[in-house]
Amino acid sequence: MNINLTLIAQAISFAIFILFTVKFVWPPLMKAIEERQKQIADGLAAGEQGKQQLEASGKRAAEETVKARARAAEIIAQAEKRGLQMIEEAKNSAKAEGDRLIAGAKSEIQQEVSSAKEVLREQVAALAVSGAEKILQREVNAQAHAELLNQLKREL
Amino acid sequence: MASEQELNATSYIQHHLSFNAQSVGDSAFWTLHVDSLVTGAILGVVATALMWWVVRGATSGVPNKRQAFVELLFGFVDDQVKGIFHGKRDFVAPAALTVFVWVLLMNAMDFLPVDIMAWILTHVFHQHEFRIVPTADVNTTFALSLSVFLLMIYFSIAVKGLGGWIHELFCAPFGSNPLLWPFNFLFNMVEYVSKPLSHSLRLYGNMYAGEIIFLLLWLWAATSVSGAFFGAVLGVGWSIFHILIVVLQAYIFMMLTIVYISMAHESH
Repeated sequence: MNINLTLIAQAISFAIFILFTVKFVWPPLMKAIEERQKQIADGLAAGEQGKQQLEASGKRAAEETVKARARAAEIIAQAEKRGLQMIEEAKNSAKAEGDRLIAGAKSEIQQEVSSAKEVLREQVAALAVSGAEKILQREVNAQAHAELLNQLKREL
Repeated sequence: MASEQELNATSYIQHHLSFNAQSVGDSAFWTLHVDSLVTGAILGVVATALMWWVVRGATSGVPNKRQAFVELLFGFVDDQVKGIFHGKRDFVAPAALTVFVWVLLMNAMDFLPVDIMAWILTHVFHQHEFRIVPTADVNTTFALSLSVFLLMIYFSIAVKGLGGWIHELFCAPFGSNPLLWPFNFLFNMVEYVSKPLSHSLRLYGNMYAGEIIFLLLWLWAATSVSGAFFGAVLGVGWSIFHILIVVLQAYIFMMLTIVYISMAHESH
């Protein structure tokens, strides 16, 4: 056991090795390790976030489905109602049209009847005049009694 | 082994326990243990360069096996530091990593069979005396522990200020009564001396003892065929046990380094 200059020489090389490690060896690898740790942490966080998003969107999809179903039912109900309404409307309008047609026909018939009456009246008058003429062939002057005959025709 | 020496147990052990000492000055202090220095420097350069090489290509994406291994090492050291030291780890953690890796490698030199290494060193590098376990050299362990000691003092002063540090020397742990100042100071001095001493001698003692036990086993192996057999078997056993000691001592050395530096950050 003899202490000598070796001690100082070894101490110097020790100091050099420490400084080298402190300066060149430790920082880059620590940086890489820390970066990787951050990447892993970020990845885990992203995974967690993705899971949450998936859950949320699943929930939203379910909600949307429920909503859509409700809306579809509503639309169907509305359509049914509208259909019924249309049928009703069509019925009403058809009935009105029919009534109108019937009324038209009735008035036409009325007109026909009255014009037929007119014709008949004239023919009856003519017949009556010719009958009377035949009866009164000699004594009745058509021209002298035209006034009386026209009055008769109006009374018929 | 030096062939011109007379072979006996004493010379064998002495041969394996003598450093490659080069005198560079007049007194005994001005001597360099070239073996400890060269082995330590090579191992340190190899370790740091290897880590640097891996780290330069480090990616934050999927790491390859090389990078994963270094990351494992980093994570291990960083966790230990995190558990003990509460503050910015920019310096302490890499320092602890350096201590751990370097000490581990220097301890691991103990696994190399001494006589084969001696043969290679003698016949390839022409070095007759060369100890390949730098941590079995008390100079190396003291170099490490005194460096840590200096860091301790540096951080004490950097964190508490020179006044705060001196105040603590006299007023902790017993109290700030002037009557207690000498006792406080004495207590702190004992602590300051014992820390680097125990820090370095623990490692040195373990490594030195491990080396000696190997030498004794190989000495036994040289006596007879049965001695060679039992020596080999026990050598394997001791090697396997030694793996534990090598890693454990490196771990303890690193942990104490962290503990001492973090204690320097705490004020009483």
